Amino acid sequence: MKNKQKLLATPYFFWAVAFIIIPILMVFYYGFIDSAGHFTMQNILAIASPEHSKALFLSIRLSLVSTLICLLLAYPLAMILANKSVNQNQFIVMIFILPMWMNFLLRTLAWQTLLEKNGVINSVLRFLSLPTLDIINTNAAIILGMVYNFLPFMVLPIFNSLSRMDQDLINAARDLGANNVKTFCRIIFPLSLPGVISGITMVFVPALTTFVISSLLGGSKILLIGNVIEQEFTQASNWNLGSGLSMVLMLFIIISMIITAIFDKDGEGLM
Amino acid sequence: MKKVFSKLYIILIFIFLYAPIATLIVLSFNKSKTRAKWGGFTLKWYSELFDNQVIMDALYNTLLLAFLSAFIATIIGTMACVAISRMHRAWRTFFMGVTNIPMLNADIVTGISLMLLYLSLGMTFGFTTILLAHITFNIPYVILSVMPKMKQVNKSAYEAALDLGASQPYAFFKVIFPDLLPGIFTGFLMAFTMSLDDFIITHFTKGPGVDTLSTKIYTEVKKGIKPEMYALSTIIFVVVLLLLLFINKKPGKKDNA
Amino acid sequence: MSNRLIDLIGINKSFDNTMVLDDLNLYIRENEFLTLLGPSGCGKTTTLRIIGGFETPDSGKVLFNGEDITSLPPNKRQLNTVFQKYALFPHMNIAENIAFGLKIKNKSKSYIDDKIKYALKLVNLDGYEKRMPNQLSGGQQQRIAIARAIVNEPKLLLLDEPLGALDLKLRQDMQYELIRLKNELGITFIYVTHDQEEALTMSDTIVVMNQGYIQQIGTPESIYNEPENAFVADFIGDSNIIDSVMLHDKLVSFLGKKWDCVDTGFGENKPVDVVIRPEDVVLKEEGAGTLDGVVSHLIFKGVHYEMEVMAGGFEWLVHSTSMFPVGTKVSISVDPFNIQIMNKPESEDEEAVHIEE
Repeated sequence: MKNKQKLLATPYFFWAVAFIIIPILMVFYYGFIDSAGHFTMQNILAIASPEHSKALFLSIRLSLVSTLICLLLAYPLAMILANKSVNQNQFIVMIFILPMWMNFLLRTLAWQTLLEKNGVINSVLRFLSLPTLDIINTNAAIILGMVYNFLPFMVLPIFNSLSRMDQDLINAARDLGANNVKTFCRIIFPLSLPGVISGITMVFVPALTTFVISSLLGGSKILLIGNVIEQEFTQASNWNLGSGLSMVLMLFIIISMIITAIFDKDGEGLM
Repeated sequence: MKKVFSKLYIILIFIFLYAPIATLIVLSFNKSKTRAKWGGFTLKWYSELFDNQVIMDALYNTLLLAFLSAFIATIIGTMACVAISRMHRAWRTFFMGVTNIPMLNADIVTGISLMLLYLSLGMTFGFTTILLAHITFNIPYVILSVMPKMKQVNKSAYEAALDLGASQPYAFFKVIFPDLLPGIFTGFLMAFTMSLDDFIITHFTKGPGVDTLSTKIYTEVKKGIKPEMYALSTIIFVVVLLLLLFINKKPGKKDNA
Repeated sequence: MSNRLIDLIGINKSFDNTMVLDDLNLYIRENEFLTLLGPSGCGKTTTLRIIGGFETPDSGKVLFNGEDITSLPPNKRQLNTVFQKYALFPHMNIAENIAFGLKIKNKSKSYIDDKIKYALKLVNLDGYEKRMPNQLSGGQQQRIAIARAIVNEPKLLLLDEPLGALDLKLRQDMQYELIRLKNELGITFIYVTHDQEEALTMSDTIVVMNQGYIQQIGTPESIYNEPENAFVADFIGDSNIIDSVMLHDKLVSFLGKKWDCVDTGFGENKPVDVVIRPEDVVLKEEGAGTLDGVVSHLIFKGVHYEMEVMAGGFEWLVHSTSMFPVGTKVSISVDPFNIQIMNKPESEDEEAVHIEE
């Protein structure tokens, strides 16, 4: 009888094999052959070429910086939120769901208007007699775009792990003599680590692989590894090279997935 | 003091997240065609919007895709949740692992992997290929929304229903399904929203001639965005905002944010 | 009598406009085992949390050895708490849990190691240093929570329903263990529970609370034998509570009969409540006692028979070692010493007693 219910997973099983597993294997297949269909390592080794490795290192640098900024911005926010000083459900909808209904590309583009030499932000700065910002089409603008787009992905898992924490654990630490700082360092932060780690993964991976934010806010001169891969597929039609470079990216993704899995055994930190 | 600081911090984050949205709304009333200059107030873009066949087609595609992909993903995902919860550990780990792939993998890799699949199957890129892709990345959102509810389901109530003579499907729909409904609903909404906001995967799986709002905007970036786009986005945003406010204002829910 | 360790003076506390504690006054002597007993929502846990420093009273003072500690944060108080669900730190092993408070006080490593050994021995869990909390049973976790608290040598230990999550047998074992610990350590215990049996077994002093008010303070014997009002009588064990009129000193009238009693000083013709414990009701042959009735229910309870007797329009609960089958005509008699007279509750609130669990 019970087997009947298990059969309900059949459609998903075939779907997952056809549209998740096989496509990933296709990337590996294309990554290991050349245009003539012979086995080669060239597509993967191509990452070592100056232009590719430059793009990769820039991607890593920018995504690390934006992940760090996201973490620093998100943790206090998640703590305030978990302390229930605001309506939580409404807040989550406000930061996470609602902005998505304004198209992601338009939202990111709007930063151009805000950041321009005579844009809104600089007008405000000038009004306050502060030095103006000139970051449009720079790495800084790309980092800003990353933080802007991915901040909610950092807030939610941290908020989840903080709000699930037993308040009595914090009380117990205080009871045993720990002040606010020690309670935070020894109890709150270590216990929120699964959330922090999955937040880091959920920001780092899309930031590392983006090509949209860099092409919208970085002008056409700054190439991230995502831009290189995108061009190989849509313009150069060199799928083999694109696949090979994607495999290098996947290596980073897999490493961060493994780290997440180690810290977050119950899948708690995920949304 | 602490409370003041908390409120201030939240307000700053809100400004950061909503400044671009406010900018877009302002731009939708801008007489000047360029983003950089304010040319005076106008409602012109709103009236011209509905005559712009290209934008209307993209809107239709976007909504249809979002609805169909969310709907199909909800059915497949919910069925899978019921089954997965009864499986042995090894199978459960397999399914949850596979479910996590599109969630954790980079969109660009998901996009190109599907593109390679379609290419090697010789499929024509168009509406169907986008739909298949959207269903694929939506199913995990449904599963991750429904699965927690599945764990909370009262198994004894289900067994009690069977004990009282209910058939398995009857017991399922009368006892378990109502408990899952909030999760299913959340999953559907998440899937719908994700589909609507997706650009990257659509970018790699679409064919010429078929556009969603996202891909349309991307091609317009270089030439300059048509102001009607801002008008349309503003309408969508305001409608959703009003809808959310309406839901939150329902009796019994206090608005204390 | 020894010193007052804790003084609660005029404590008021409300949450979201609901009064939880109303002008509470209470003192705890050094070396006392004091239990706060009452149904859930009576304010007992809030009282404990105010002493622990996790809640601040809206008004009133908390004195510790005569010193005002009302606004002192928990980490500065010389007391420790054993939490309801143990609250062991899940990311630390047992030794690290126990060492937590000592490390904060910057004690030397050898001192800490000695203390861990000593504390684990005290709670009968030697050799558990390297285990993680989730590898321990509920009872073991409970003992570790106690060990973690007492290594800090607090003057006062607060225990918030610490045995609530354990099963009956384990709970009884732990009750003896707690009494032993208290005697060995010579520290003051404040214990919160809703279980009257637990309170009667362990305490020196019981404070019965309901709806934010203290109903009665006394030794277990006095609380059980001389409840001051119907709430206490009803909450502590089974009892027959009957509407009565005090005719004059040592004579009370209820259910249409006059009964001798030993209480004086209630005035004349005053409405009162009478409490008679079920084991104090004596059943005799028809006509031989004060009030005739018929046995309506009979259950064998092991040590005694529990019977219900319909007499004078009241259903009497009777515990007796002799058995009277259902339908037997009997007569009820009560020793005057066992008739406990109580004043009627003054406010309606006190009367509207709803006991959960």
